[in-house]
Amino acid sequence: MTSQPVVRVRDLTKAYGRTTTLHGVSFDVARGETLALLGPNGAGKSTTVEILEGHRDRTGGEATVLGVDPRVGGLDWKARLGIVLQTSAEQGTSTVREQVAHVAALYPRPRDVDEVVAAVGLEAQARTRVRALSGGQRRRVDVALGIVGDPELLFLDEPTTGFDPEARRSFWGLIRSLREAGTSILLTTHYLDEAAQLSDRVAVVIGGRVVAEGRPDELGSAESRTPRVRWTDAAGRHDERTADPGGLVARLHGAGSELRDLEVVRPSLEDVYLDLVAEAAAS
Amino acid sequence: MSDVRGGAAAPTTRPRAASPGLRRVLALGGVQVRHEVRTYFRAGDTVFFTFLFPVVMLAIFSTAFSASGPYGVRPDGSEVDAAAYYLPGMIAAGVLLSGVQGLGVEIAVERSDGTLKRLAGTPLPVASWFLGKLGQVVTTSLLQVALLLVVAAVLFRVPLPTDASSWATLGWVWLLGLAGSALLGIALSRLPRTGRSATAVIVPIALVLQFVSGVYLPFAQLPTWLQQVASAFPLKWLAQGMRSVFLPESSAAAEVGGSWDLAGVALWLAVWLVAGAVAARLTFRWGRRDA
Repeated sequence: MTSQPVVRVRDLTKAYGRTTTLHGVSFDVARGETLALLGPNGAGKSTTVEILEGHRDRTGGEATVLGVDPRVGGLDWKARLGIVLQTSAEQGTSTVREQVAHVAALYPRPRDVDEVVAAVGLEAQARTRVRALSGGQRRRVDVALGIVGDPELLFLDEPTTGFDPEARRSFWGLIRSLREAGTSILLTTHYLDEAAQLSDRVAVVIGGRVVAEGRPDELGSAESRTPRVRWTDAAGRHDERTADPGGLVARLHGAGSELRDLEVVRPSLEDVYLDLVAEAAAS
Repeated sequence: MSDVRGGAAAPTTRPRAASPGLRRVLALGGVQVRHEVRTYFRAGDTVFFTFLFPVVMLAIFSTAFSASGPYGVRPDGSEVDAAAYYLPGMIAAGVLLSGVQGLGVEIAVERSDGTLKRLAGTPLPVASWFLGKLGQVVTTSLLQVALLLVVAAVLFRVPLPTDASSWATLGWVWLLGLAGSALLGIALSRLPRTGRSATAVIVPIALVLQFVSGVYLPFAQLPTWLQQVASAFPLKWLAQGMRSVFLPESSAAAEVGGSWDLAGVALWLAVWLVAGAVAARLTFRWGRRDA
């Protein structure tokens, strides 16, 4: 046992009355790693994360976060976590700096407040009340509150929902800098580009199960990563998977048929993911 | 910042049942008091409905009933006018509003908008959070009582007590009533199912109590059965204790039983304080776990 994972989840189940939302979720997050839980809305991502944060009880299975069962995690344990919940909190009558300074004071070894405000790009808004900020800026406040305690492990639950593309880019930069500083991160998102950009590994959660897990560029079956050639001819629209797209295009061209809308596509994470969602829906 | 992060060698911490050190609880309680008081005065609606409401009511009652009375006679022969008569009731109402209504609504909203959930994820001890809420109520109620006294004395020329024992009574009745009211407010915050319904659920409770406890209507004028019902609740005793401070001894005759019954005031406020503490501790949750 060289290095214990910071998060270890085995056969995690969660039932609300007769409805079961988690059917045995298992995964690890290694120290220093960023794992993205990817999945459609209602797949069980947030339920999983809230169990790990100690906000919900589990029905069955095992969970360890920083070596501690979240059901009994005390204040010393909470001091080592950073949590960015899915929804922004509070009426926002405090200013950005007041809010961050207040939460910083609750931690034994907080980061410098002004540094954190700067890190999330809100120096100009430091004296603005949180309620006067835009949605994206508020989300940055949430992240500031999540990292001001200098956590070993950061939970980010759909952090960029509602961001414009530019805000998302700069947010990604912020998360990368935390990664580089050694923070382990458990991210949930339904944005595939975000998972591809930020994570070392992706676990796809669909219907309360992990249906695939791996590096973003390795995810899915070999078949699902096979390039596709699409074209339209007199017979209609075609879509073929082939390991040799160049050869196929050459043959089609040689056959002399009139090709329209010819594309050669190397499946993106999105294609792989949509295949997984479709497979899960079919089974 | 990266130096505090342990590498592979970081020891595994076992869950510790130990409570945080008292010094830390108190220090973080102080942090919470500052934050809570600031938040309180920045929310315009609570400042009006909880903080200024008794002052506004005192002004209205004192003006509307200025021609009626007298409500009693002091040993020096001067008459107790409407302002002097209603002052103790409004102080008592303010104590109830600060705790039961102010905290009850505020915490229900904080539970519903995620404020408490966020705090639940931080190393803030529950005891420090309670201290923060109590500190907020003590601070705002002190300011409110001071404001009521100034308004009564300056605008309505109400003579304030001059003997130390009256002020001492004011002190213990206020503190005992306020602590109970705050703890009951924390417990009642569990009743509303959403933050939006918080005012609708909690304000009527406080309003009914004010009407049946001798704040707006003289207690002796209520039917006996209603007096008995009201006597089971703390506001009646709080208002009675406050009247003993501001009204002449001769007015005690108008009380049910013909005396201020300060022993009864102490006993009933203490009973409600204990009940509030138990209820608050048993019902408190950071969130609606698994709701």
